[in-house]
Amino acid sequence: MIQYIVKRILQFIPVFLGVTLILFIMQNVVPGDPIKLIAGERKLDPQTEMNIRAAHGLIETDADGKIIYDENGDTIETPMWKRYVTYLTDLLQGDLGTSYQRGTEVSSIILQKYPYTVQLALVAIVIEAVVGIGAGIISAIKRYSFWDILVTLVTSLLVAMPAFWFGMLLQLFFGVWLPGLTGGALQLPISGVAGPLARYPEWMYYILPACTLAAVSTAYTARIMRSQLLDVMNQDYIRTARAKGLSKGAIIRKHALKNALIPVVTYVGMDFGAMLAGAILTETVFSWPGIGRETYIAITQRDWPIVMGSVTVIVLVVMIINLIVDVSYAFLDPRIRLGSSKNEG
Amino acid sequence: MIYPSPLDHQAHQAVAETTVDARANADEGASRTLWGDAFGRLKKNKLAVVAAIWILFIILVAATADLWVPQTLGDPNATGANMAAESRLPPSLEHPFGTDTLGRDVLSRVIYGARISLTVGVVATGISTIIGLVMGAIAAYYGGIWDTIIMRLADIFLAFPYTLFVVAMIAVIGNGIQNVFIAIGILGWPSIARVFRSAILSVKENDYVDAARAMGASDVRIVARHIFPNSVASIVVYATMNIGGAILTESALSFLGMGVVPPDPSWGTLIQSGQQYLQTEPWLMILPGLAILSTVLAFTLLGDGLRDALDVKMKDA
Repeated sequence: MIQYIVKRILQFIPVFLGVTLILFIMQNVVPGDPIKLIAGERKLDPQTEMNIRAAHGLIETDADGKIIYDENGDTIETPMWKRYVTYLTDLLQGDLGTSYQRGTEVSSIILQKYPYTVQLALVAIVIEAVVGIGAGIISAIKRYSFWDILVTLVTSLLVAMPAFWFGMLLQLFFGVWLPGLTGGALQLPISGVAGPLARYPEWMYYILPACTLAAVSTAYTARIMRSQLLDVMNQDYIRTARAKGLSKGAIIRKHALKNALIPVVTYVGMDFGAMLAGAILTETVFSWPGIGRETYIAITQRDWPIVMGSVTVIVLVVMIINLIVDVSYAFLDPRIRLGSSKNEG
Repeated sequence: MIYPSPLDHQAHQAVAETTVDARANADEGASRTLWGDAFGRLKKNKLAVVAAIWILFIILVAATADLWVPQTLGDPNATGANMAAESRLPPSLEHPFGTDTLGRDVLSRVIYGARISLTVGVVATGISTIIGLVMGAIAAYYGGIWDTIIMRLADIFLAFPYTLFVVAMIAVIGNGIQNVFIAIGILGWPSIARVFRSAILSVKENDYVDAARAMGASDVRIVARHIFPNSVASIVVYATMNIGGAILTESALSFLGMGVVPPDPSWGTLIQSGQQYLQTEPWLMILPGLAILSTVLAFTLLGDGLRDALDVKMKDA
């Protein structure tokens, strides 16, 4: 087991280097001079401009931070590989750089925004697990019943619609129609988070974005749960249990559910990782101040230090979650032997 | 077992591996081919037939729009004669889904939007499929170091948060419809490469491949004449489902203002421009959303039908 974990962590390294390298190349081919982003439209005197370039590592400096000049008295542009190495060494020391536009440290921006994403993901994953697993179980137990057909229909619709459009429908329903019908008695906040002047209790702000974020994966969870349970119910040991005279309820509770849940739990766990990657669309629709929206805004503003920093953190978090899921999979299902040839490549 | 359909781009890392063993079934009717046999089975699947008819209908409507969409609405970008009077009209007989801010008929914009959204879906899927096929073929056929490099590259691509990656890609290459093709197309290759790679690996061991090699066939010929035809079923299924995913991605990009640029109407841009009038004129965003929903659903159902008809087994890796 330890061996497997070490191996997986070692496998992170090339993937991680690849991800940062691709981002780094993107940053360098993107049109626009970072100086313009830092200084805005102001006209800078050459000395200030040079100092800014030096501070962001765009031109060569010596160990004391003094700008190095070539024989013509010009500054020397730092080669890309050197900046990449600097970026990596800074990263290892926990330094994610400084935002071009805001001048603040990227790490402090991430620390400020990430909690919102994590909180939203936690609420969404609870909805996904409870509703998805519940619907899947009902659908499998009452196969071909009205409820089964309803679950199948709803899940098919949910996976085919754009999640952001679903979010807008929720806003329409709970923010416009329902208050209209009930004279404003029933209403949910349709955007933002609770501030000092909030009209609603804090928890209400989570409902619609969390439902939107959970929608598609809840549908998948329900489908996997249904097919897994139906699959397990066909196994020999279930027939044996039935032959022993156990009731259907007892069979499902004691025998079937445990085994059927394993792949579902894995899916939900992986999905939690995906949610922690930030939900650009949900966060945009609901003006949720999370890491996804922040990164998206940084991309549109070409503020690449923020993009690099947050994507780096996101990729690390997702990798760690996926590793935890894989390892717990082995605990949940003793038939899985991690580190065997099955898991290679 | 039903697993998440591959168009789930949130769980993009969930990879479908397919193997084809339709051969066995093809023998049932002596004179029938694999495709004839599959078509016969597909026809019996009512949902898949309805889905196929819907897709054909949308294609037909979009392709012939110039001929029959009323003259006054003919140019989807033309504004009404009296813009202020015709701005954001509620649904009526004349404008079944109302008009937008500039007095343009929403229904005709959705019809013209179908051209862009469907084209993005098909072209982007085409690009990912071609790159994926080449990469998957190299990885599976040559194996060894090639396999390692290509599959690690696929891991790297799949490790990115998908939506952020597409958005960043658009930021680098600029927006506009061609760049949407490229961004969605390029980022979609890893899943197809994995599907094709495992399909090849399962076909490669067959005796007829050894026989072809013994007869001196070149690598390209073996892949093109023996391996490709035997894995094409899984590729067709995967690509069909992928079109729906690409349409969803396009709508997301356009919604974020990073895809198709107005005044070109794609379904995503239509939703985006309707968003600010959500509280007062909700019909502006409802119809384009329904168009996306029905079309993506149709591609998923058709893909499901093809999977069953061609007897392609899909499972998560």
